[in-house]
Amino acid sequence: MNRPMALELKNVSKYFGNLAANKNVNLSVYRGEILAILGENGCGKTTLMNMIAGIYFPDSGTISVDGKEVVIRSPKDAFNHGIGMIHQHFKLVDIFTAAENIVLGVNDGKRYNIKKVNSRVAEIADKYGFHIDPKKKIYEMSVSEKQTVEILKVLYRGADILILDEPSAVLTPQETDRLFDVLRRMREDGKSILIITHKLNEVMSISDRVAVLRKGENINTVETSKTTPAELTEMMVGKKVSLNIERPEPVNVCDRLEVKNLNMVDADGIKVLDNISFTARSGEILGIAGIAGSGQKELLESIAGLCHPITGQIIYHNPKTEKTEDLRDKDPVAIRELGVRLSFVPEDRIGMGLVGNMDIVDNMLLRSYRKGFSMFVDRKKPGDLADKIVKELQVSTPNTHTPVRRLSGGNVQKVLVGREIASAPTVLMAAYPVRGLDINSSYTIYDLLTEQKKNGVAVVFVGEDLDVLVELCDRIVVICAGKVTGILDARNTTKEEIGLLMTKTEGIYDVDGKEAENGEKE
Amino acid sequence: MNAFWDFIITSIPLGMTFLYGCTGEILTEKAGHLNLGIPGIMCVGGVCGCSALRLLYRSGLPPILIVLIAIIAAFAGGALMGALYCLLTVTLKANQNVTGLAMTTFGVGITKFVMNKLAIVPIRYLYALPYFRFPFAERTDALKYCGIMVYLAVIIALSTSYVLSKTQTGLHLRSVGENPATADAVGINVTKYKYVATLIGSGIAALGGLFYIMDYSGSVDAYKKIEALGWLSVALVIFTLWRPHLSIIGSFVFGTLYIVGSRIPTLLNITMDMSATPLFEMLPYVVTIIVLIVTSVSKKRENQPPAALGLPYFREER
Repeated sequence: MNRPMALELKNVSKYFGNLAANKNVNLSVYRGEILAILGENGCGKTTLMNMIAGIYFPDSGTISVDGKEVVIRSPKDAFNHGIGMIHQHFKLVDIFTAAENIVLGVNDGKRYNIKKVNSRVAEIADKYGFHIDPKKKIYEMSVSEKQTVEILKVLYRGADILILDEPSAVLTPQETDRLFDVLRRMREDGKSILIITHKLNEVMSISDRVAVLRKGENINTVETSKTTPAELTEMMVGKKVSLNIERPEPVNVCDRLEVKNLNMVDADGIKVLDNISFTARSGEILGIAGIAGSGQKELLESIAGLCHPITGQIIYHNPKTEKTEDLRDKDPVAIRELGVRLSFVPEDRIGMGLVGNMDIVDNMLLRSYRKGFSMFVDRKKPGDLADKIVKELQVSTPNTHTPVRRLSGGNVQKVLVGREIASAPTVLMAAYPVRGLDINSSYTIYDLLTEQKKNGVAVVFVGEDLDVLVELCDRIVVICAGKVTGILDARNTTKEEIGLLMTKTEGIYDVDGKEAENGEKE
Repeated sequence: MNAFWDFIITSIPLGMTFLYGCTGEILTEKAGHLNLGIPGIMCVGGVCGCSALRLLYRSGLPPILIVLIAIIAAFAGGALMGALYCLLTVTLKANQNVTGLAMTTFGVGITKFVMNKLAIVPIRYLYALPYFRFPFAERTDALKYCGIMVYLAVIIALSTSYVLSKTQTGLHLRSVGENPATADAVGINVTKYKYVATLIGSGIAALGGLFYIMDYSGSVDAYKKIEALGWLSVALVIFTLWRPHLSIIGSFVFGTLYIVGSRIPTLLNITMDMSATPLFEMLPYVVTIIVLIVTSVSKKRENQPPAALGLPYFREER
């Protein structure tokens, strides 16, 4: 390969506190090349790209553009070096037109003339084969059109190195196909493209080379035509790590919660849950594995009655009456009133689970204020419960009257899980309960969940660390892009198997076919 | 018919008071800051302008210069209030509503204090400026002296409209009010835009106070009424859907509605108890509420307030 080097990273590291987001990463991109950055959640892909785009500044290491070492301190610096990033969350002004958004902040010394901008945008769009009306307002646009505007914004500024953060996450397969055609045209035009993704089929179909990141480190960079999805998955998930989490055999297993053919669309009309079916059983921990944003949040919220799927059933087997009830389209209060006990630990601990400015006792009260008949608030029982949780779960807090927001993440989580468990649930759903916790706190939470399992609770555990899922759960449901791609027995599975299922999307990309095509090109 | 013309012509300069306040507030709101301090700022503008006139009217300077200095003084007073508001809401990220209301309380209070102590004599400055008269002014006594500031209000409103819709500075300013994170990401200095827009906006609003005291009413006692007119200016912003060029017409409508109560007896040849006048003074608020209902129902995005209005901007941190 004798193409000129466009961008080179040498020994780049970035730390957030003690946590290494990136450690000694080396990366290089040539002119006229598409490099895929592959990795699990939290492996540091986005942090690395943000450093190139000037959002973060690396703690150590060097970045070179066109062979010259550069310092990138702000997105503006990045633009000056011809680097543009297309973020996953669009940064666009809704009531502006496409052209107005594109020209925003451009200071080329020319007099501002929106008509000239319109024609220039149309010109660039034609060159690469985008379909866009420069005068269309953003709020009238579909997600893929908005993404087009973001890409044009970068191209209008004359970027030669484009970074795309999971561009296909918001697109339909057809739209993704069109986007990839455009990217290929850009490659022919000599642009360098870095594309963050965790969809293996996309990696195989579009990229020239793949850089695999794991836990902040660059594992390997390989040529796409000389690798296979299986090899990439292995690089991505790494070797098995033993955690020694206690996992007793399930006893008295019976069906508790049956989810049948659940479908849901979000506000943008994108399908977030696609025909999801599984059963959660009492005395079992059911793991849910998947790339973040594959529909986990929507799934749990549907069960908890916080959002409403369009079709499907959520059947609850009431252990008291031995009757079955459909939870769908019931609001959370109705679900409680039916005697269906469902405890929910939301992903956003402070946001949805607890009130930050209230103390531990008052947060306990949030679950029990409906009980009793007195017109005055009874703080005695919640107070006792708070004392019990603080003592049993070793919450480190000055006293139970400390506002929850002053506690550390782990302690907040303990309070939340403790409260949910205290209501003696029959189904306990926990989404990322160990996110941001240190190892000891994490084990406390695992033990709590296992304890509940022993008590005959059907535990649903949404996790991101595959090692934990494999060791903690009894069965694992793997979802990808809102679909169930597999239900596995956790005792007889491997991380690689889960990893492959997590990235398995049946789309229009035929992995083998594209491989053959790439082979022909070489 | 004469009474009708009188009524129409009188309402135009009254409307200019609203127009100053409204243009200033639009500019501030386009930067995403809801400045409820406008009534107070207008009062302060009146005080500063009057103080300048009081100090200079016997100095022997040419009248045009005195007027100009008064206008600059009023603008500076308003801009100073705007700077205080910015310091609190932009830099220290205090709640905008609370800060704005405090500014109004402060402005109104200090106006009462200064106006009582200095007992400024009313100066009909336009005695000296016959060429800047309001057209048709000879028809009605009250307006004989309305002068350049009527034109100035329209010029400011039109140029604000031009800057906002046709220039890149305007585009940047609107992006700051709509989505400061986006503006920041493309390298626009959000803080600078917020400060400059609020300072200039407050200065413009302050001119309304000076205009009302010295031009429209010509009496020092008039300062007592400025606060009420200031709130109407804020309502006018909503009424004209954040469009400075529309607010020229809007200010006329508000002016008409505001004084219609006192004119109805003469216009319709009926007798009416004067205690009913305040009921008519509510009319501008009623039409504002109607506009709010209509725009809320139609949900057209262009007619909504700037999306980030009232929200402090924190740069995203990890």
